Amino acid sequence: MSNLIQGRTGEWEVVIGMEVHAQVSSQSKLFSGAPTQFGADPNQNVSLVDAAMPGMLPVINEECVKQAIRTGLGLNAKINCYSVFDRKNYFYADLPQGYQISQFKYPIVGEGAIVIDLKDGSSVEIGVERLHLEQDAGKSMHDQHPSKSYIDLNRSGVALMEIVSKPDLRSAEQAGAYMKKVRSIVRYLGTCDGNMEEGSMRADVNVSVRRPGEELGTRTETKNLNSVRFIMAAIDYEVQRQIELIEDGGEITQETRLFDTNTGATRAMRGKEDAHDYRYFPDPDLLPLEFSQSLVDELAAELPELPDQIRERMVGEYGLSSYDAAVLTEERETAAFYEAAAKDQDKKLVANWMSVELFGALNKAGKSLADSPVSPAQLGGLVALISDGTISGRIAKDVFADMFETGRDAADIIEEKGLKQVSDTGAIEALIDQVLADNQDKVDEYRGGKDKLFGFFVGQTMKLSKGQANPAMVNDLLKSKLG
Amino acid sequence: MSNLLDLTALQARQGLEKGDFTSVELTNAYLAAAQETKGLNNYVAMTEARALEMAAASDAKYAAGNAGALEGLPIGVKDLFATNGVPTTACSAILKNFVPQYESTVTSNLWADGGVMLGKLNCDEFAMGSANETSVFGPAVNPYSAVGGADLAAGGSSGGSASSVAARSSIMATGTDTGGSIRQPAAFCGIVGMKPTYGRCSRWGVVAFASSLDQAGPFTRDVDDSALMFKSMASADPKDSTSAHQPLPDIDGAMAAGVKGMKIGIPSEYQMDGMDETIIKLWQDGQAWLKDAGAELVEISLPHTKYALPVYYIIAPAEASSNLARYDGVRYGNRIEEGGSLDDMYEITRAAGFGDEVQRRILIGTYALSAGYYDAYYLKAQKVRRLIRNDFDEAFKQVDAILTPATPSAAFPLGVKQADPVTMYLNDVFTVPANLAGIPGMSVPAGVNGDGLPLGLQILSGAFAEDKMYAVAKQIEQSAGFSEVPSRMAGGAS
Amino acid sequence: MSADKAIVDTATVEKIARLARIRLAEERKEPIAQDLNRILSWIEELNEVDTDGVEPLASVTGHSLPLRKDEITDGDVQGKVLANAPEEASGFFVVPKVVE
Repeated sequence: MSNLIQGRTGEWEVVIGMEVHAQVSSQSKLFSGAPTQFGADPNQNVSLVDAAMPGMLPVINEECVKQAIRTGLGLNAKINCYSVFDRKNYFYADLPQGYQISQFKYPIVGEGAIVIDLKDGSSVEIGVERLHLEQDAGKSMHDQHPSKSYIDLNRSGVALMEIVSKPDLRSAEQAGAYMKKVRSIVRYLGTCDGNMEEGSMRADVNVSVRRPGEELGTRTETKNLNSVRFIMAAIDYEVQRQIELIEDGGEITQETRLFDTNTGATRAMRGKEDAHDYRYFPDPDLLPLEFSQSLVDELAAELPELPDQIRERMVGEYGLSSYDAAVLTEERETAAFYEAAAKDQDKKLVANWMSVELFGALNKAGKSLADSPVSPAQLGGLVALISDGTISGRIAKDVFADMFETGRDAADIIEEKGLKQVSDTGAIEALIDQVLADNQDKVDEYRGGKDKLFGFFVGQTMKLSKGQANPAMVNDLLKSKLG
Repeated sequence: MSNLLDLTALQARQGLEKGDFTSVELTNAYLAAAQETKGLNNYVAMTEARALEMAAASDAKYAAGNAGALEGLPIGVKDLFATNGVPTTACSAILKNFVPQYESTVTSNLWADGGVMLGKLNCDEFAMGSANETSVFGPAVNPYSAVGGADLAAGGSSGGSASSVAARSSIMATGTDTGGSIRQPAAFCGIVGMKPTYGRCSRWGVVAFASSLDQAGPFTRDVDDSALMFKSMASADPKDSTSAHQPLPDIDGAMAAGVKGMKIGIPSEYQMDGMDETIIKLWQDGQAWLKDAGAELVEISLPHTKYALPVYYIIAPAEASSNLARYDGVRYGNRIEEGGSLDDMYEITRAAGFGDEVQRRILIGTYALSAGYYDAYYLKAQKVRRLIRNDFDEAFKQVDAILTPATPSAAFPLGVKQADPVTMYLNDVFTVPANLAGIPGMSVPAGVNGDGLPLGLQILSGAFAEDKMYAVAKQIEQSAGFSEVPSRMAGGAS
Repeated sequence: MSADKAIVDTATVEKIARLARIRLAEERKEPIAQDLNRILSWIEELNEVDTDGVEPLASVTGHSLPLRKDEITDGDVQGKVLANAPEEASGFFVVPKVVE
């Protein structure tokens, strides 16, 4: 598939690299014992360490280290048993220490790769450059007062994983798929809740354009994108802007840009005219982070199954289409729902019922899977009744609609409404006889060679049975009667 | 009650135990002494009410028979240690009015052992200086005066601590030592100052200067008191990632056992051109005393000694430039809001809040870390630092302790402007290597120069081997029989 | 390094003073440049030392980084956090408006 963009003067290739900031799931902060919980009163989840009081010192949270290792394993990346925390020095109102503790030269996780799946069914491998641990900053609010900014340090010191991709992404679609994939991996691992609205995940995108095969162009960095939609929109805007600028004879400035969620445009950030000089150096309040390979092996052994592995199993063992498998594994909860529903059932049939009927109904009702009125066991029960011939697929749809509405079991609904499939030969024969008698003219036409009318007789018979006749038996018996 | 001031901490502890006097009496004597020696500008804040409260509590502990190791002893605290509810300024305008809501681990340890807090002691601004002249409160003055009566530097950065213990306005005092800030003022004021192995005393709650070098330690009148106070200050602190977890060695046992059979290294590199003759003589005396006491002298080489100062003056300012970034006027400290923007506020607040020397060090550190210079300065310095550490590692394979002069000169007059900052930096030439290597070092008063000013000898030992250092210090103290007292001493003769 | 021996001019002083957020009066820039040059040329002595293959020493402690358990042991001390604030409003620190 070509990702080239047609400009006025020819084709352009887009080159994108992403930095995903994912908040580590942990009780307390990276270097202090204050809680990480979202939604507290201003400056409530702040310790004296987070507020950078004189003489305060950082002590690292073991769980954050483990979460970073787990994530690195999920990204198929090299885990570095020796890493170093550096200070990244800059001044900002919500950066209390005047530096961010981060990892510069020696990150905890090195190179890795993940596979992303695209709409057209193709897959692309995207390289991961590194993952490092760092502190989040606080939050500045600029709209509370005409001439003041308000600072809340609740987020100050919360652990983040910065996952840096290689510049392997070639389109907004790929960038969106990459973000979704990373989010899916960390959610499966339980290392980040992936909640983009609350800011648990956000991305910076580096975008440049070039003529195919030529040197990399100058890139811009658009910061703090907190949804897949915004990531894609920002990239689309930036690509268009850069191409137009170059084609008009202009030059791209390497700069940091912000995305306006209202207009869908990006603009250069003000007040950052200084060349960045972060003066990184190893944090002398901390020592190198060292752990043994056995810790890595231990964590690897405890790792849950990841979406790619589950998908492989779904396609290989269950015989699902790769599309169905992708849909069912995008979210950890979806896969878990499916696995529970499909236990001891026809795997393909369950997949079909889940992705078509259940998702359709949820979508219509504006509900998420977590709020589904139909439990995995209930969906499995419905499929079981289809498989054993108790009800037909046609009746099953009505039963499902009832289940979704009332939350009752399929068996109860079938019993109460008398929807059980008719598989009794005599009863079906009686129905057929009546249909044939009522439509003698059509019977003559059929016998005269109009084969297409067979479907008409099936339909009439099913209708007469109120959908309850076993369709396979209706077929067979009609064939012999019309013989 | 001036006789109470004559007692060392251990003697006072015994007197309190026996009920010869109370802690309230002892504390009152020291509070009066502080008043009497106010002209030395040692204290930047007195905490009389708290002191008397703590003293009364100590007297109750003695009565109940559960007195701590420092029970009832009046202690001065360098203004670099955060003290809960008591202003802590690092002697800087930028922290004027800062009142911490927490207590440093070191002072918490002292109070837990029964120490009584007298007040906060003067020091160089953010501990940057060698004469206590960079303090926003003005210099602490040495209780020894020059011939003719001119004021002398108490040394720095812990000038107030050294001056106070020497002038008997505290029985002991805390200090911090980043490049010699305990040992140099102790030598200038004729008392004992000790910098422990890096990591022995928690840095939690101590205003940071250079994190990889800073170490708290005791100022006392004699070596026994030093050991007493050190044992209380030291602790393995889970709040400080660089805190050491090695148990303390048997210091008292080592002092009792003496130096017989110990090997003492004499580094040839500590013989500097232009050094005061009396200091060279004193160093030789020290060697003779140890030899007489049964120690073996071994000539050693610490070949990278001359690079210690340049290394120090890259690493310390670099770390300081980052450590002092938090003083931005946003969350605490003095803020000056002019010009409207946040950056204006930062720049004006910091320009007005930091003194010239602190600004100079922030700028040199910023430069050393900035893009393009990191490898040439900071990384190079870290590599040479490794070589300096290796020198000591090699030396301590051959010897138990090292004897050197503490300072290249005796106390110098205050107010003599140094045209060249480097000249002032050279004061730390003998003390800086121990900070870079992380090993313990101690200055013991051992004699006087021609003007009657005290001179110290420095004893160094391997990391975590403070016992050996104390054994040598004890011997030096006994052999030297140093008995000078300063002219401007509380309850003194003059 | 001696080839590109650093000479600090007033423009460099301005740049680093800006990085360090310290506003310098015009008349102080030249003396500071001189001070820095004196210090730097003294520091140049280090170039005599052969450090090829020497591992930089960042910390003198013999141990590796201690890890703490993931437990909430701190926070909920808003009063202490804000106790020394030069300006605060409804629990926030307040600073001159920041324009992004």
